[in-house]
Amino acid sequence: MRVFDLATTPLRELNSALHTVAPGANDTSFEVVNPRGSHSVAVGIDKPVTVEVKGSVGYYCAGMNDGGTITVHGSAGPGVAENMMSGTVVIEGDASQYAGATGRGGLLVIKGNAASRCGISMKGIDIVVHGSIGHMSAFMGQSGHLVVLGDAGDALGDSLYEAKLFVRGTVKSLGADCVQKEMKPKHLKLLAELLEKAGATDVKPEEFKRYGSARKLYNFNIDNADAY
Amino acid sequence: MCGIVGLFLKDKALEPKLGELLSDMLITMTDRGPDSAGIAIYGKADGKTKVTLQSAEPDQDFRQLAADLKAAGIDASVTIKSTHAVVETAADIADIRAFITASRPDVRVMGSGDSVEIYKEVGLPKDVVARFGVRAMSGTHGIGHTRMATESAVTTLGAHPFSTGADQCLVHNGSLSNHNNLRRELIREGMTFETQNDSEVAAAYLTAEMAKGKDLGEALEGALDDLDGFFTFVVGTKSGFGVVRDPIACKPAVMAETDQYVAFGSEYRALVNLPGIEDARVWEPEPATVYFWDHEKAA
Repeated sequence: MRVFDLATTPLRELNSALHTVAPGANDTSFEVVNPRGSHSVAVGIDKPVTVEVKGSVGYYCAGMNDGGTITVHGSAGPGVAENMMSGTVVIEGDASQYAGATGRGGLLVIKGNAASRCGISMKGIDIVVHGSIGHMSAFMGQSGHLVVLGDAGDALGDSLYEAKLFVRGTVKSLGADCVQKEMKPKHLKLLAELLEKAGATDVKPEEFKRYGSARKLYNFNIDNADAY
Repeated sequence: MCGIVGLFLKDKALEPKLGELLSDMLITMTDRGPDSAGIAIYGKADGKTKVTLQSAEPDQDFRQLAADLKAAGIDASVTIKSTHAVVETAADIADIRAFITASRPDVRVMGSGDSVEIYKEVGLPKDVVARFGVRAMSGTHGIGHTRMATESAVTTLGAHPFSTGADQCLVHNGSLSNHNNLRRELIREGMTFETQNDSEVAAAYLTAEMAKGKDLGEALEGALDDLDGFFTFVVGTKSGFGVVRDPIACKPAVMAETDQYVAFGSEYRALVNLPGIEDARVWEPEPATVYFWDHEKAA
């Protein structure tokens, strides 16, 4: 295992080491100490490496992750796991705004709370938040799943496409075109799998409500012309 | 962008270190805004009024200032720090302002009150902090700002903090969209402005609201209704310290609280050197939610 101390080593050395792991290499474990809120820790990973970050990080940690497993033993700043392609990112603490934004795949687990715009424009990523999420989460979410064990803030799922949202607690308000939907057996099964993957073993899928798109904003409706 | 920091001490033992802690917090935020930097420090109130002045020609304006004040019948001490001078006096603040306007029209009043001193200049935080000897300053609370200018020129007067009332000051990350109209309304109410800056309008708005009898928390609640645009504000009063973010809350903010202090940073990086940060309660302030602490109310 290679250890990078960001108090003494430039961030670029860490990220460049992560980017130059040879295909099939067996030395794929990394540890990062003293991140102290650094930006862009472990971005652009495209190999199945494992990164343990011992502390809190700033902007854009694990951005564009494609196949890596990154665990932050602390909290994350804005844009964690932004545009993830595949792999797993786990935040032991809280995440700031737009966690998992535009993500196309992989699993983002936030053990604490996530702030506003969690999963904004998500396109296939699965996000499981053990705590609560802030306003405008899953805005224009296209596909993927957002699972929230706690509560959701204002305007959940505004202008939603086909991302599926599951919230166990209260939803402060639903955004435009986002509605509660029936929880069918296939959704319960899917949710059970996501909860298990995210280590949320003490809650049952039946405790959640499902939200999705009413599909009324997909096309221009002439009756709304006066609103523009 | 802009970087803002604030530190409100609960533990008196940390007071001698306020300047040092706040300086380090601000310098860490340098890459959020390199245009100008400023710091407001609330020191011990000793019964005298402090007036912080700024001049582009400090040699010329400040060298004879104490003597000239005395000749005008105003007993005051003058401490010169680079382009700024702090006048301490038992005389009325209005007399000092009138004297400055009459005898040194190019000198600007940065702020005044029982305890606040305000230092701001164009340049990087490390240079601004060194120029004014901020590290050596003690106090009960303070706020700082490093600016990436968007709404008005890069000048000393356009730097933050803005002070528009006794012992009041404000730093801002964001941009207001209704500041021109609000400035006109505040001018009609009798407020005066030094710049075309949007943040100065926010400061003046809070001053005007508090002059009507609101406390800082109530004034900040009003700001949520009356100010339009993006903002994360950190505000200081003689004994208080407040934080508020607009409802969209896209300007970053992190807070930390321990038994010793309440701290604010645009990013967590600004807080990592604070004592006991590992065990602090660290959180992101909620949108459209007023946070404020007050030494007098806590006591």
